[in-house]
Amino acid sequence: MYRNMRWLVIASLVVLALVVGACGTPAPPPPEPTTPLPPPEDTPMPEAGTLEIFSWWTAGGEAEGLAAMYEVFEAQYPGVEIINATVAGGAGMEAKAVLATRMLADDPPDSFQVHAGHELIDTWVVAGVMEPVTSVFEDNDWLDVYPPGVIEVLSQDGEIWSVPVNIHRSNVLWYNTQVFDDNGLTPPTTLDEFFTVADALQAAGVTPLAVGDSGVWVDIHVFESVLLASMGPDAYRGLWDSTTDWNGPEVTDALEAFAQMMEYANEDHSALSWDQAAQLVVDGDAAMTIMGDWSEGYFKSVGLTPEVEFGYVPSPGTGGSFIMLSDSFGLPEGAPNRDNAIAWLTVCGSQEGQDAFNPIKGSIPARTDGDRSLYDVYLQSAMDDFASNEIVPSLAHGAAASEGWVTAFGDAMTLFVADLDVGAAQEAMAQACVDAGMCQ
Amino acid sequence: MTHARRERWLAFLMVLPSIILIAIFVYGFIGWTARVSLSRWDGIRPDYTWAGLDNYKQLFAGGGSVAARRFAIDLWNTFFFTLLFLAACVVVGLLLAILLDQKIKGEGIFRTIYLFPMAISFVVTGVVWQWIFAPGTETRLRGVNALLHSVGLDALRWGWYTDTSSIGPFHVALIPVIIAAAWQLTGYTTAMYLAGLRAVPEELREAARVDGANEIGVYRHIILPMLQPITLSALIVLGHISLKIFDLIYTMTGRGTGFVTDVPGIFMFETTFQGNHYAQGATISIIMLLTVTLVVVPYLIYSFRREVEL
Amino acid sequence: MTRRLNPARIGIYMLLILFAILFLVPVYVLLASSLKAFAEVQDLSKLWRLPSGLHLESFRSAWFGIPEKGLRGLAPNLLNSLYLTVPATIISSMLGSLNGYVLCKWKFRGANVIFPLMLFGMFIPYQSILIPLTQTLAAIGLGGTLWGLILVHVVYGIPITTLIFRNYYAEVPTDLIEAARIDGAGILGVYWRVIFPLSLPGFVVVIIWQFTNIWNEFLFAVTLLQKPELQPITVALRNLAGSQIKEWNMVMAGALIAAIPTLLIYVLMGRYFVRGLLAGSVKG
Repeated sequence: MYRNMRWLVIASLVVLALVVGACGTPAPPPPEPTTPLPPPEDTPMPEAGTLEIFSWWTAGGEAEGLAAMYEVFEAQYPGVEIINATVAGGAGMEAKAVLATRMLADDPPDSFQVHAGHELIDTWVVAGVMEPVTSVFEDNDWLDVYPPGVIEVLSQDGEIWSVPVNIHRSNVLWYNTQVFDDNGLTPPTTLDEFFTVADALQAAGVTPLAVGDSGVWVDIHVFESVLLASMGPDAYRGLWDSTTDWNGPEVTDALEAFAQMMEYANEDHSALSWDQAAQLVVDGDAAMTIMGDWSEGYFKSVGLTPEVEFGYVPSPGTGGSFIMLSDSFGLPEGAPNRDNAIAWLTVCGSQEGQDAFNPIKGSIPARTDGDRSLYDVYLQSAMDDFASNEIVPSLAHGAAASEGWVTAFGDAMTLFVADLDVGAAQEAMAQACVDAGMCQ
Repeated sequence: MTHARRERWLAFLMVLPSIILIAIFVYGFIGWTARVSLSRWDGIRPDYTWAGLDNYKQLFAGGGSVAARRFAIDLWNTFFFTLLFLAACVVVGLLLAILLDQKIKGEGIFRTIYLFPMAISFVVTGVVWQWIFAPGTETRLRGVNALLHSVGLDALRWGWYTDTSSIGPFHVALIPVIIAAAWQLTGYTTAMYLAGLRAVPEELREAARVDGANEIGVYRHIILPMLQPITLSALIVLGHISLKIFDLIYTMTGRGTGFVTDVPGIFMFETTFQGNHYAQGATISIIMLLTVTLVVVPYLIYSFRREVEL
Repeated sequence: MTRRLNPARIGIYMLLILFAILFLVPVYVLLASSLKAFAEVQDLSKLWRLPSGLHLESFRSAWFGIPEKGLRGLAPNLLNSLYLTVPATIISSMLGSLNGYVLCKWKFRGANVIFPLMLFGMFIPYQSILIPLTQTLAAIGLGGTLWGLILVHVVYGIPITTLIFRNYYAEVPTDLIEAARIDGAGILGVYWRVIFPLSLPGFVVVIIWQFTNIWNEFLFAVTLLQKPELQPITVALRNLAGSQIKEWNMVMAGALIAAIPTLLIYVLMGRYFVRGLLAGSVKG
């Protein structure tokens, strides 16, 4: 096939050269002769073959971590060729478009990345395109090393549907220690303290809260922390199974608190991405930002040291709770290389695989038996909190609710951030719950 | 006679492969999408249960749902975006072409500079423009605002695409997006007009000058009227790009706070591939197609009439 | 007629230069950012500043990738883009030329209906046909292959190439064709002996247009080609930016690399582009 392709290109180049050459101008540069041709495709070796892994981890720590996990896999299965099919895109949306299109065309990869929780269940499991992986958990005795809260997020109808490789925390407040010291402030632990601290910072000429919501997921992300702070973990969980009323006063409180919070945010928030907002904290232009713990990777990448130049506490009013999100890998129905996919999932769920991946990615293992010595000071504290806190699912990152619900919620947030109309927003959010089929 | 008939058949056969491909890839797929827009497909799994016009009614439901509000904003945004984007491309393109037509030294360099934006992927130009129009804050000015401040034009500073205010249904945040799009495609109109200007016979200009017209008069009365067909075909090519625009806005500002820079292309992409609302996504694309049709079909009819007259 | 440098001409040059500067502002940002270090590019308050030094490593990593970090370079994808763009451009130009010829000079019954119907194909929003497209390609065994993507670009290129050539050939005098017919040439003979040799400016326009569009196209490529070793440069470019921390200096460097072939075509063929547009698109 490639020989044909090359021939065709040469032939077309000749034609092009004729066409262009006749006008007295040279043809475009010929293909680089030094670049090796890609390996021939689909040459299955008897008991090895290929393994196609689909993810949105294309660059930075996440791609490095994935590569480290591939190394673990290749050491165990040297004969299997890994096809690293990656599509980048904000929070994986373009990746999702590609994946959905492929799944609809009956062309699934062997395994794909998916946020654990309702993104996995309501999109893929309910549609009947996934195979359960309960047997993988049982065969490897994983049911004892994964926290029950995580297993619950992964489960539906008595089966487990994907293997989580990591845990991220959503409700973290990051702050510039210098700014806090200079103004004699301590990081806020409640919403009331937050507003007191924010007033003091504003008086001192510092932007209290850095927000970068050019993507609406950031608004949802900040708001889920405020929701949790306003009603506590039990009621927060109830929002997602309709036991907590979306028309209730706690939701109103949360919306009002969020609206008030945005008054303390940088005016240009909608022009920035989350990492550009983090940069405001790095520069001392802003004091705090509420963002997931991938922020730590950003602070470190620009040369800052945790607990020296920047600090972290649970976002205001959420101490003792841990809003979790998790990247996981699933097994699509009809995976072309099912045995290899199961071998891959076994590596993903193993202690070795997770300890290879997570220190580089900047997240903590989903297992409880990770090797603490491999993780830095922030991640160790996150491991402690994960073991002792109330675990609740993240809305912004697919754990708490279906993607359709999150999308509708995001539309409501987009309008809310512009007009700060609490009544309209609450109505729209209640309607989103109804449209998602969860509320009456 | 039979010879001619054979040749007519041969002519038809030569076009037949293209006809078949277009029939399948354009009309077949449009029909399929139209069918989805009339279904209840909501979720990854296809569901062709008949829904009538429910999906259309939802999008046009007056005032009520968030989706209807969003879609109404999108249609207005598309209208103003298209109007101003086309105006900018035509006016600037024509101006540059006229300037370039004055027997300029280094014309090739200027032309390449004006065409260069077309060569760069939307994926990246969107990000660059996002940075350029990032307003910053009073204490920490950025992008264009920082430039304006440094030359003392503070009165011209504003929030650019973060500004959520509007004049009637026109969101001012669209202005920087229009500038970015015009930057990318003005080179096209410039080249078209330049080609058109080169086609005007020199004798015609001379004749007008002999009749006492000055240079401006020559352009106004002789040349501009001759460029009308170019304007029309440029409007059509750019118009359909504008009505379908997605990549540039998606990477530059996305939907924007309060949907100030949202367009149907973004809504369609997000609702389909993020929300899994396939039927709603198909509905939006059929409506997009209808708007494009409204613009294109009159043009096609017009240009074919003209052809018959000629 | 000689033109001296009077005030009006100075004004013209000033305007041209002013616009050139305005057009180059984003290009400056692009270029400066690509030469900056990560921490520098991230600090938007330094957007207008020159890079602190020539940090060419962003070009190096964009081109070669950083294998130990799992980052692929653009080099092989540039080649894929050529594999894709060159055949697709050539084939769609040839088809367009034949269609334009037939629809202009050999109007069979219904030709005047078929042409607008064909033309309509360039106006559809491509998002809306993605799913049937993927399913169809998979069904005919072209899913996930470069051939499939070439076919797609050829098909959706037919309307615009046909349009340009049809308008272009309208300018070819019928006498020329009649003369060749009297010499005994058939439909193909006329094409080969009369039309094709006259088509070069038309081809230049079509090639520039198709080359630019196919080269920069993202949506079809990202959906239809899953294997990284097959993906064209636009998809690889997007993949240089991770989903969390985006090293924009490297992406900007990659964008400049990706723009080189198109830019070369503009510089080399720019003159013919205008000439061809003149011949082809002046008439509606």
